[in-house]
Amino acid sequence: MLGKLSWAAIPFDQPIPMAACLFIVVGVLGVLGLVTAKGWWPYLWREWITSVDHKRIGVMYVLLGLVMLLRGFIDAIMMRTQLAIAAGGAQGYLPPEHYDQIFSAHGTIMIFFMAMPFVVGLMNFVVPLQLGVRDVAFPVLNAVSFWLTASGALLVNTSLVVGEFARTGWLAYPPLSELQFSPGVGVDYYLWALQISGIGSLLAGINMVTTILKLRAPGMTYMRMPVFCWTALCSSMLIVAAFPVLTATFGMLLLDRYAGMHFFTNDGGGNFMMYVNLIWIWGHPEVYILVLPAFGVFSEVIATFSGKALFGYRSMVMATLAICVLSFMVWLHHFFTMGAGANVNAVFGIMSMVIAIPTGVKLFNWLFTLFRGRIRFEVPVLWAIGFMVTFAIGGMTGVLQAVPPADFVLHNSLFLVAHFHNVIIGAVLFGAMAGYYYWFPKAFGFTLDKRLGAVSFWCWLIGFYLAFMPLYALGLLGMTRRMQHYADLRWQPYLIVAEVGAVVILGGIIATIAQLVVSIRTREARRDLTGDPWDGRTLEWSTSSPPPAYNFAVLPKVDSLDAFWAMKQRGPSAAPEQYEPIEVPRNSANGFVTAFFAVITGFAMIWHIWWMAILGLACALVTLLIFGWVERVEEEVSGEQLAEAERARWRGMQSA
Amino acid sequence: MTANPPRTRHQTRLSRPGIFVAVAALCLVAPCHAEGVLDPQGPIASAERLILLNATAIMLVVVLPVIVLTLAFAWRYRASNRRAAYRPDWSYSGYIELVTWSIPTMVVLLLAAVAWIGSHQLDPALSLQSGVKPIRIEVVSLDWKWLFIYPDQQVAAVNQLEIPTGVPVEFVLTSATVMNSFFVPQLGSQIYTMPGMTTRLNLLAERAGDYPGLSANFSGDGFSDMRFLVHAVPAAEFKSWLEHARAAGATLDADSYAQLERPGVNTSQTYSGVAPHLFERIVQPTAARGAEQ
Repeated sequence: MLGKLSWAAIPFDQPIPMAACLFIVVGVLGVLGLVTAKGWWPYLWREWITSVDHKRIGVMYVLLGLVMLLRGFIDAIMMRTQLAIAAGGAQGYLPPEHYDQIFSAHGTIMIFFMAMPFVVGLMNFVVPLQLGVRDVAFPVLNAVSFWLTASGALLVNTSLVVGEFARTGWLAYPPLSELQFSPGVGVDYYLWALQISGIGSLLAGINMVTTILKLRAPGMTYMRMPVFCWTALCSSMLIVAAFPVLTATFGMLLLDRYAGMHFFTNDGGGNFMMYVNLIWIWGHPEVYILVLPAFGVFSEVIATFSGKALFGYRSMVMATLAICVLSFMVWLHHFFTMGAGANVNAVFGIMSMVIAIPTGVKLFNWLFTLFRGRIRFEVPVLWAIGFMVTFAIGGMTGVLQAVPPADFVLHNSLFLVAHFHNVIIGAVLFGAMAGYYYWFPKAFGFTLDKRLGAVSFWCWLIGFYLAFMPLYALGLLGMTRRMQHYADLRWQPYLIVAEVGAVVILGGIIATIAQLVVSIRTREARRDLTGDPWDGRTLEWSTSSPPPAYNFAVLPKVDSLDAFWAMKQRGPSAAPEQYEPIEVPRNSANGFVTAFFAVITGFAMIWHIWWMAILGLACALVTLLIFGWVERVEEEVSGEQLAEAERARWRGMQSA
Repeated sequence: MTANPPRTRHQTRLSRPGIFVAVAALCLVAPCHAEGVLDPQGPIASAERLILLNATAIMLVVVLPVIVLTLAFAWRYRASNRRAAYRPDWSYSGYIELVTWSIPTMVVLLLAAVAWIGSHQLDPALSLQSGVKPIRIEVVSLDWKWLFIYPDQQVAAVNQLEIPTGVPVEFVLTSATVMNSFFVPQLGSQIYTMPGMTTRLNLLAERAGDYPGLSANFSGDGFSDMRFLVHAVPAAEFKSWLEHARAAGATLDADSYAQLERPGVNTSQTYSGVAPHLFERIVQPTAARGAEQ
């Protein structure tokens, strides 16, 4: 009846997982109880859960990313603590079967459920506003994408309480992830969570590409698009090209595990090297899916706070496109040590280095944007400067490993771990944090606390260097990744320093949470009525904060780059005599309901509860069909309503 | 770590952040007691360390100025510094664009040459140039231990790799379980061990000593204990080790291999003999059986 599921799935006998279960269960029940007691359900349902507004969805994506950052970070600090004590004969406090789940969950969560939602959320929120349009191309699909991503996150976190997570590392290389070596449900949790959220990511990518290619304000030619939109376009094109590969790869592994097939097994003619190739054909572009939007954020932030146009806009666009194309030609550098010949290794090594050219150009262009600017040291600028320094180091160690003979001694070591944290924290996370602070007032109409923002930045920056520079050294000393304990006592001091770094980063995370709480409490004093708190250059700053559901009462006319800057130079234009009515999409529960059934299906497949899987899948399909027949999908905002809203906005701007 | 060359006051002020970064990096990266990759004990590891240092030096030529300029520009053009020039509409310069594209291109050209030549010279499958006859060793990664078979000497050892100094070692590697990576940091190049197929690796130890080896690719719960020690010893001592190994311990036949293959962590041990074609049978269980019949 319930497949493999039984009470044995809940780890009653293990104190650490049990405490985590309790914490999660109490936390979730507490939040649900609070929402119920306060009577917030109707509000949440109406304004958020069924919302198809790209801004609301963007905010929910970012919130998901922030919550998952907490989860992923708890994993990280547990690992650092384990390695700080498990030296010599000591085994630490985490046995291998638990430690292996933690590092697998850490990687999976940080990439798929922290970084992805965060950057997709920023794109969702910002791109339609920057393009000067009213929503994304497919608003309901957008909600479906978000809720599918959230479903994956839910499944991964369910594995904490019911069953176990994968013990295979974040990419689940076979044959280790095959049934023969991983008979438990851990790998199934991994696979189904990522299959479901992967479909969400693919749909989000399709939506974003369509939006940017087909919906732009009148006059917004490609070469007048803000750089963030360019990076969002390239990132989304990479999603569209790469995620089907991931889905197909996981599909084959699922067939191996569920149907006894032999795509990647040791016997029966399977070849797991194919998996390693395929997963990196997705995996390397994934790096750029994450980092390109971060580059976009820095381009906006550096130009805005330098009070200058971005240096070398055309170069920047070309560099972004070049990275987009090249990112598909380098996957083999993730396994130079697999014994491919010298020619193959050399070609992929050199292709990997070639990516450093457009990336280097970007760094120089930011540098020359600062040059002869008038830089206001707001929090996003701190993140940007911290990024430029940190990323220069991370890029260098990356190119170093693109040299195959150097990689032969650095591969799989802590040097590698230090490198990819150096670029993912230094670029993606710093970019996400800069974007979060930069666009927060646009989303909510008040600014975030500056002092706590600076505290957060300095903790992250110092914590990062303390936590990861020792790992570079350890890698050179010969320490490999994913060790649960180690014999060499000389490694311990470095790992203790790394642990201190993790604690400093914890300070940064606490400061971020405190910043949010303090800013909400003092929001009346920090209200921004102008809609343009940073003296911005692009169209998102030309509308009110938060923008109305339709974004712009009248679509802006664009005749140059930095369209809003140009408008401000020209001076205010007169308000129109009357406003054309606007059709805005109505709420839809499609996303939430579909995702609900996706969770049911995924959970049932993980535990081999076949009837429930069939039922869940059928319900999801029926849901999609039923919503396909909904006819009234839009409602009208009348000209009078628009005129009234615009008058209120002008009054607000006058009083500011 | 030589002493810093004397600097003028002006230079010191200008590049203080750069120096700080460099010194901090050196303190962290180059420990007082050199070991691991930075303490090579053979020609492959030495060549790889040289490439590592050369490539780093080539890149630092650009990376350090970029870091210094970033901090310098950020400070110089801060909003409160009204003496600094402000050109709000300046956003293009053909000359600067030319430079910004050429500098990384030139660096990559240099590094590409290093990578191309290095990849070919240090191809793990390439036999080492030497007047001495190489020794063959078959390596099998198991859950979670290393088996080393000396096919020509007909001995085998677990978690202990005895090699003569100055003699090229030709490794042929496979896995009887999941993928692992055979790695002795002080001897250089790691290579994956993969079930159902073989990889090749050529190394040489120049000096006698004990060098730690490990699996560099995660392979399950016992992974952290998948360590072995390389004893590089002079030829005469190696010969006496062989005699010692042949004299004591069981032979490695189907039964003792089946026992060894069971998942678990082992201490080091030796076998006085090895069943014929054992390695081939591990690589291709069915094919080897067919060949025998």
